[in-house]
Amino acid sequence: MMQNALYPVSGDPLLRVENLVVEYPLGNKTVHAVSGVSLDIARGETLGLVGESGCGKSTLGRAVIQLRRPVSGRVLFDGQDLTAMQGDTLRRMRRRVQLIFQDPIASLNPRRRIGDIIAEPLVISGVKDPKKREQLVHEVLSAVGLDPQLVIGRLPHEFSGGQCQRICIARALVLNPEFIICDEPVSALDVSIRAQILNLLEEMKARYGLTLLFIAHDLAVVKAVSDRVAVMYLGRLCEVGPSEQLFAQPAHPYTALLIEAIPVPDPDVRPAESVAVGEPPSPIAPPSGCRFRTRCPRADQRCSDEMPELREVAPAQFAACHHPLIGAD
Amino acid sequence: MTEPALLSVENVSVNLPTPRGNLRAVDQVDLSVGAGRTLGIVGESGCGKTMLSRAILQLLPKKAMLSGRVMFDGEDLVRLDRERLRKLRGRSLAVVFQDPMTSLNPVLTIGTQLIETLQEHLELDGVAAKMRSIELLAAVGIPAPEQRLMQYPHQLSGGMRQRVAIAIALSCEPKLLIADEPTTALDVTIQAQILDLLAREQRRRHMAMIIITHDLGVVAGRTDEVAVMYAGRVVERAPTPDLFKRMRMPYTEALLAAIPKIDAKPHTPLPAISGRPPDPTRPLKGCSFSPRCKYAWAQCQIEKPPLADADSPGHQYACFRPLNTEAGASA
Repeated sequence: MMQNALYPVSGDPLLRVENLVVEYPLGNKTVHAVSGVSLDIARGETLGLVGESGCGKSTLGRAVIQLRRPVSGRVLFDGQDLTAMQGDTLRRMRRRVQLIFQDPIASLNPRRRIGDIIAEPLVISGVKDPKKREQLVHEVLSAVGLDPQLVIGRLPHEFSGGQCQRICIARALVLNPEFIICDEPVSALDVSIRAQILNLLEEMKARYGLTLLFIAHDLAVVKAVSDRVAVMYLGRLCEVGPSEQLFAQPAHPYTALLIEAIPVPDPDVRPAESVAVGEPPSPIAPPSGCRFRTRCPRADQRCSDEMPELREVAPAQFAACHHPLIGAD
Repeated sequence: MTEPALLSVENVSVNLPTPRGNLRAVDQVDLSVGAGRTLGIVGESGCGKTMLSRAILQLLPKKAMLSGRVMFDGEDLVRLDRERLRKLRGRSLAVVFQDPMTSLNPVLTIGTQLIETLQEHLELDGVAAKMRSIELLAAVGIPAPEQRLMQYPHQLSGGMRQRVAIAIALSCEPKLLIADEPTTALDVTIQAQILDLLAREQRRRHMAMIIITHDLGVVAGRTDEVAVMYAGRVVERAPTPDLFKRMRMPYTEALLAAIPKIDAKPHTPLPAISGRPPDPTRPLKGCSFSPRCKYAWAQCQIEKPPLADADSPGHQYACFRPLNTEAGASA
């Protein structure tokens, strides 16, 4: 595909997503959750994926590890196509990929002890020696900043949200994965705890040599941890680029709108009145052409007739827009 | 502020009996808001900000014990009988909650819920109430308001539901609107729209407003005064520009520093606040923030700092080692 050439990353990509399409049936209609997304993530890189609720960012994350099977497209992890794998082969590959979810309390079984919760991935992947398992559980709990002695015998309800997220991170790390998909890992946490968890993710990334796909709706959070950012709207990518560059000079009007909408904790910065217009349309019947055109101040006839393809608007920055804010023809 | 306060919360404490012992949710809080003014109450989960709003509205759990006075428009809400309170709530005292899915009745149409409020409080007849409902929905930016009247809450998006909740809250021209985390459940673009809407309606109606939030970014450009709460107490209170420019309380500083900044470089470690808030059933003898505070010294663990006046008017803080002062730790 021509599209792959559009995402040059240094070195070989650990993950390559090619023209991924994911749809859900809804009665006799279809929800177009992800409509032809292509991306590369380099080894050791953190790619931030942002967008509003319902834009398909979580579906994309799940489709990457085949928790939701795509309708078409390929997902190459370390060169192997996950979409073609079944059963045991897929399960073995999945050990190298882990997930962290938004609600840390809901993602821990309330009736099992922390030690067992974290050891379970080891049991499933065939670490038979209980001593060895215990040692690995202790190591990973210490790494996430919890005292193993105090923690392993207790139940999830004895912990706060921030501590539960530490436990979820420990569970994700215990198999020593290469790639972690973080789906809104800090959205449910308080400001002061959020900073602790973001710092922890950064530390763990360095310590375990991880590659991350970091999904969130908060741009400032995404920017804090990402090397590159991909902006998604209604199932498609609008813009991909290096974090700083993307925030300094967004090319897609949607990226600009998202950045403007962030409340700034400074009373001298008067919030711009109604920068955002309207709400995203339904993914059951997405608009023709550019899907953002119904909310876009720059939209014209071309935008409804012709779907914009991602193209390079600045070095390493790609936008799918007929009338980008920078790099226009 | 020469205008007398519309609402003044005077020495309000809320205690809740729990199996683990008494929980002091709100601890001797004094606050006030005048007509046409906006007060922001900021704090993390469990700091008592929602309990305080429920104490104002007299919507506390049955077992809760409230002390102090809540003076609203010349009456002490704590001492009013139920009938009088019911008349005030919804009429001059309105509220918008965080989750519009649970605050709207799922089995009644939007129209029924709006018209019910109007008929109850304003004694409008059916036709007049319906006309007014359509106007209100249009005013809060809902397209095709006539059709929306027939719809149920689940047929609307989160942002639209919150607009409906705001329309209901505004329907009787309240004197005070309490918005408790009104945008926490919403996307950032929708958040901006809802905050704009609230600000616009507040100016137009010369209404007093309290915005309760955990996000200092939400209050920065949109309030006149901010109160920061920690472990049930107001620990700093100031006119908004003063709070951000001359903050005295280390907790306020830490809360602001922990927010990821959009202009910071990627991979900059965030100044996180270590530890977590104290157990509210085990109150500390000294300052509640002292175990997490990088400036704390011996006195902070032994004595509770009183809420004292700062040099600038209307600015108060509760700290023995305030920032940017001679007694304080940092320069």
